[in-house]
Amino acid sequence: MSTDEVLRIRNDFPVLHQLVNGHPLAYLDSGATSQNPISVMEAEQEYYEQRNAAVHRGAHTLAFAATEVFEAARATVAAFVGARENEIVWTSNATEGVNLVAYSFSNASLGLGDAASARFRLSAGDEIVVTEMEHHSNLIPWQQLALRTGATLRFIPVLPDGTLDLTAAADILNPRTRLLAVTHASNVVGTINPIDDLVALAHAVDALVFLDACQSAPHLALDLAALDVDFAVFSGHKMLGPTGIGVLYGKADLLADMPPFLTGGSMITTVDMEKAEFLAPPQRFEAGTQRISQAIALASAVDYLSHTGMGRIRAREAELGSRLVEGVSAIPGVRLLGPGVGVERIGLAAVDVAGVHAHDVGQFLDEAGIAVRVGHHCAQPLHKKLGVTASTRASTYLYTTDDEVDQFLAVLAEVAPFFGVAR
Amino acid sequence: MTSSAMQQLYQQIILDHAKSAHGAVAELPAISADAATTATVDGVRLAQSHQVNTTCGDEVTVRVGLTGTGADAQVDEFAWCGAGCSISMASASVLNDTVRGTSVAESEAMLDLFREMLRSRGTIEPDEEVLGDAAAFAGVSKYPARVKCAMLPWVAFEAALLQLR
Repeated sequence: MSTDEVLRIRNDFPVLHQLVNGHPLAYLDSGATSQNPISVMEAEQEYYEQRNAAVHRGAHTLAFAATEVFEAARATVAAFVGARENEIVWTSNATEGVNLVAYSFSNASLGLGDAASARFRLSAGDEIVVTEMEHHSNLIPWQQLALRTGATLRFIPVLPDGTLDLTAAADILNPRTRLLAVTHASNVVGTINPIDDLVALAHAVDALVFLDACQSAPHLALDLAALDVDFAVFSGHKMLGPTGIGVLYGKADLLADMPPFLTGGSMITTVDMEKAEFLAPPQRFEAGTQRISQAIALASAVDYLSHTGMGRIRAREAELGSRLVEGVSAIPGVRLLGPGVGVERIGLAAVDVAGVHAHDVGQFLDEAGIAVRVGHHCAQPLHKKLGVTASTRASTYLYTTDDEVDQFLAVLAEVAPFFGVAR
Repeated sequence: MTSSAMQQLYQQIILDHAKSAHGAVAELPAISADAATTATVDGVRLAQSHQVNTTCGDEVTVRVGLTGTGADAQVDEFAWCGAGCSISMASASVLNDTVRGTSVAESEAMLDLFREMLRSRGTIEPDEEVLGDAAAFAGVSKYPARVKCAMLPWVAFEAALLQLR
């Protein structure tokens, strides 16, 4: 991707063109939330101006039109991640998708669902495996599921270089393992995990694999069928879409056997006062009025990404990631978390400035118009493992320029002298 | 590029306190073996409060020991431990200097002044005679996101006092 192309892309993102504290904004927090191109905002507006109606009910023209674009959005997103339409469930965000599966398993463990749901029952003696690298969203729902069912939660450790300990993983995954929940790419250390190896290990012991794709779906070509994971989640707002929309992917045969999580309207066939029959997936898991405009806007975001090309976005971000890694590695007193130069990563880098707290680093950068994330990035166990309580993370996307990265590096180098730790 | 805005926020007093944090101890173990957060030892009534800033994970634990009762009770013991940004650590250090040896009434009055100043979005000119080093935090009030950092140890102190009411 040439500099000219990046500059052209930036023209599609109005929010990037502003001054912050007197400096041109350098938005390096796309790992937390990405910005929306005009086309995405227009798609949402167009829906409200032309078609707004409740989907999957009503017999009027607008209701048909709304249902059509809503389901077309599902098809677009399904194709984007190598899934079939009936394998895509809309959720409010990725976190809700994790909870949906965890509570569905919980309900199965209580005996809800049909005979086929028994395959998801968990009890004492069963094991759920996560990794030490997980975002809290892919950790706490499984902690809670273990507490509700009596299952044991185990974890694959992270090595000092920020990669997963695959040797340990081979021991930890055993015939008692029912589920492995793992992130595709780390939101802190930026590494892309060897999902093929982990899926092979998990499936060899008949465990299901739940993939957190929040940091991969926006940044690389994702083919869930090829990865052979059983479930996956990602969120719209990290991939040029709006907030309020997330996606749960589940293999069709698994979703078909799962009892619902949220219940109510729009997910039933017949209802009487004592009981109800439920629709087939995905509607079984989409109770209540859906996030229609957000789904349509997400499809528009996916179109934008596809048009740009996920392979090119991945390559561009690898460049930005290297630039960050090489740059921060050259600043005295700045420690890069995770693998160093030469290891492919998504376009982000989290650092610790010796003697200066991340919150102070972030404040100093903000004063120069540079937006970064500070804190534990919802990954406290990983930070503890790496020996820090908080870090400063710069994360890029397809609209990030080399200049913005260089500006971040230049101001980062001034942090320690300002706080008097480099004297 | 070090701007005057940064120097106003991070006044030298704050950076100095952050570096040599007064009253800080390496750790404050639980006040008693059971779940209680108060105890009386040698006539000193002890209470402890742990506060976390969920935005950034900063943590401060404050332990106070009072002799006497009511508003005249004296803050006889004060200790804190924590990890966090320079604003929260400096604030804990200043809190130590401000309330140690004062009466509960005096320390609560200081707490009110400090909070009022921090919530003023830069509109209150602090009285250095009254607030001492705590006046250096006036610049923080212009940064709403950082007010929590400065308040964290004071909130812990307030919560500990409340338990001894």
